[in-house]
Amino acid sequence: MTKSELIESLYKKLPHLAYTDVEMAVKTIIEKMTEALGSGERIEIRGFGSFSLHHRPARMGRNPKTGAPVELQEKFVPHFKPGKELRERVNEAWLKQQ
Amino acid sequence: MTLTKASLCEALNNELGLNKRESKEMLEQFYEEIRSALEGGENVKLSGFGNFDLRAKSPRPGRNPKTGEEIPITARRVVTFKAGLRLKESVGGYSASVLS
Repeated sequence: MTKSELIESLYKKLPHLAYTDVEMAVKTIIEKMTEALGSGERIEIRGFGSFSLHHRPARMGRNPKTGAPVELQEKFVPHFKPGKELRERVNEAWLKQQ
Repeated sequence: MTLTKASLCEALNNELGLNKRESKEMLEQFYEEIRSALEGGENVKLSGFGNFDLRAKSPRPGRNPKTGEEIPITARRVVTFKAGLRLKESVGGYSASVLS
């Protein structure tokens, strides 16, 4: 499912909202989540999951083209931990098919 | 500070003028659509933000970290998240500003 398919599908489920409102809402939600993580803030959505930043220490890497060693700075990377409802639904639906 | 459904609800209310009920409904449905796509076996790609991908995991031996007792971990399907370019850049900017 892509962003535009998500917008389509939401619009069908929320027919009292204008299409542009649904489109703007999806963009706003994604924008707010990006901004939150980009300012070091956590995101917690019950039943869906939480996003946080994980620290990666500095390390020596390599330029994949030349093989030359490069020093990589320590950094933060986004991390997602699925919530209980998402975890269970995704796994149970799959187990039923096995 | 933590971003929650309440703060997102406020943003939809303030920035788009959706009322409280519409904002709440929109948010519930937004996360529900993603959950049900994943439940149905479909990966979700939100360009710029990231991809939620499904992975089937084989059974493996595990351990109770407290007691050291061996317990098998059964086969399961899990969701993994891979950050998109825009999110990575945004977090990269934060890293550069607080580290070093």
